[in-house]
Amino acid sequence: MRLLPKSFKANKRERGIELFLLFCASVSILTTLGIVAVLLFETVDFFREVSIVSFFTDTEWTPLFAQKRFGIWPLLIGTILISGIAMLVALPAGLLSSLYLSEYAPDRVRRVVKPVLEILAGIPTVVYGYFALLFVTPLLQKFLPGLSGFNALSPGIVMGIMILPLVSSLSEDAMQAVPRSLREGAYALGSTNLQVSFRIVIPAAFSGITASFILAVSRAIGETMIVAIAAGQQPRLTANPLVPIETMTAYIVQVSMGDTPVGTLEYKTIFVVGMMLFLSTLVLNVLSQRLRARFREVYR
Amino acid sequence: MRVRFSGLFSICLFSGLVALSGCGGGEAQVDASKVAGSITVDGSSTVFPITEAMAEEFRREQPDVKVTVGVSGTGGGFKKFGRGEIDICDASRPIKDSELQMARQNNVGFIELPVAYDGIAILVNPRNTWCQSITVQELKRLWEPSAQNKVTRWNQVRPDWPDREIHLFGPGVDSGTYDYFTGAIVGKEGASRGDFTSSEDDNVLVQGIAADELALGFFGYAYYQENKDRLRAVPVDDGKPDNGNGPITPSVDTVKSATYQPLSRPIFIYVRSQALDRPELSLFVDFYLKNAPALVGQVGYIPLPDEAYQLAQGRVERKVTGSVFAGGSQVGVSVQDLLRKESGAAE
Repeated sequence: MRLLPKSFKANKRERGIELFLLFCASVSILTTLGIVAVLLFETVDFFREVSIVSFFTDTEWTPLFAQKRFGIWPLLIGTILISGIAMLVALPAGLLSSLYLSEYAPDRVRRVVKPVLEILAGIPTVVYGYFALLFVTPLLQKFLPGLSGFNALSPGIVMGIMILPLVSSLSEDAMQAVPRSLREGAYALGSTNLQVSFRIVIPAAFSGITASFILAVSRAIGETMIVAIAAGQQPRLTANPLVPIETMTAYIVQVSMGDTPVGTLEYKTIFVVGMMLFLSTLVLNVLSQRLRARFREVYR
Repeated sequence: MRVRFSGLFSICLFSGLVALSGCGGGEAQVDASKVAGSITVDGSSTVFPITEAMAEEFRREQPDVKVTVGVSGTGGGFKKFGRGEIDICDASRPIKDSELQMARQNNVGFIELPVAYDGIAILVNPRNTWCQSITVQELKRLWEPSAQNKVTRWNQVRPDWPDREIHLFGPGVDSGTYDYFTGAIVGKEGASRGDFTSSEDDNVLVQGIAADELALGFFGYAYYQENKDRLRAVPVDDGKPDNGNGPITPSVDTVKSATYQPLSRPIFIYVRSQALDRPELSLFVDFYLKNAPALVGQVGYIPLPDEAYQLAQGRVERKVTGSVFAGGSQVGVSVQDLLRKESGAAE
């Protein structure tokens, strides 16, 4: 009983620390809520002036020019096109490198290669942007004479290289989580290394791998500097990767580079586009989280 | 907006001075003609190279004055200028009525100083073999708002050009070059198609055209001068024989003599008159006008006659505010017209 006052004191301090930690945690939550509130507010304001139907049905996006058109599709398609190209690079390369690291590489190699691969994620994106514009595009033009100086292909490829470590690292974690017993069972039945990789490990780690893909897609959609530098700034509705296009993020950069007065319709467009970006990455992140949760349940 | 600090060097120098005066115990001499302070400039990317060069030279005389020069386009610059946020606005066209109103509302007085002459060059890739000249009519057909998503191939501009896509590049809508170009070519300022690559950064346009065989774009002549080996300027025919027959190639001579029409124009700086009480700003403006004849040419622009700079100097001394261009840019203002307007305003 003599200890009671002391522990009471400790409890009080404990409580203080708890509150402080709660405050730290709520900073990020409140920030997110604030961002969502601002986006929502400006978006609602925007749709008071522009009909939501034309926003989703018009095929032209020219809010800064004399003939104002507010069709989101050119920006949306531009974003999807570049992200698609990035995924075409990142998926196979990321999956195969994670398979190699998880199933084939000797421990020594793995310990060197994995951190090196992850360094790719630490390179500033502006460097990737100029890498695409001044190195990859001229290189590609040697094989593809029709390639414009600004295009979707080269930043797409470079973005794929950038998100490769995200895919490979997360996929590798998922593969590592596959229980040894499953692999050993397959080996005992006489499977080769390749058969184990493709018929046991990949299916077993499938939800984890999918989660990493989706996370990578959402990273690609939100990527800004590479596309702002190397993809051009011309919103056009096309699936042709050889011509200049504009993504949602690049549009926001373009408007911000000039000086758009607060409260004008042009100003609100960047919030609407921001909202679209937010929604698409939110959906993908939630999806990825669901998948990862499922994959954890299976093997615990 | 991009901001380039011309102050890095001066910061080093400044910290050196502080160190000196700190340990020297009053030994360091204070020069009475040296002032300290900062000057903020923003606006046109076309005028940027001139102001930037001036800021660099000025730093040698006044190491403690920090001059920051931003680029957010003439429109962007005037918006900040009208709110009294900056001291000088770089402008590649005269101030518009709406911008004038805004400045008046916020009690911002300004002195308008023409600093150089510039042509807008029409540019294609050097590998483009077909486009040897272009008429104002063709440019209009290509750039007017109704061309949007309709005129998309070279042969739609001129039938004997190839049936290939045309990729257009131009300055952003906050740029004075864009305003002037649309005014001179389309006939209405700010009216153009919207489906082209637009950037407030002229270097983006240079890069885009230099790497694209199917490109056509426009921007200030000085940026073309800097990138002559990577781009080709297309001669423009305005269909009026009295100011030079046939297609005219932009050059120092054709811009100066106003035969390269309608795409030659004067460019300006606007100085906030209230801020001129600050010694660093009045010294900078004085320096600007005195050195313009030599420096303007060096960075690829066409200097005005000495007389024009003297007239401008006079306006600064007498603080003559207001614009001689009632209601925005006028197409085809020659050096002589400009002088006449300037001297009229000085009286």
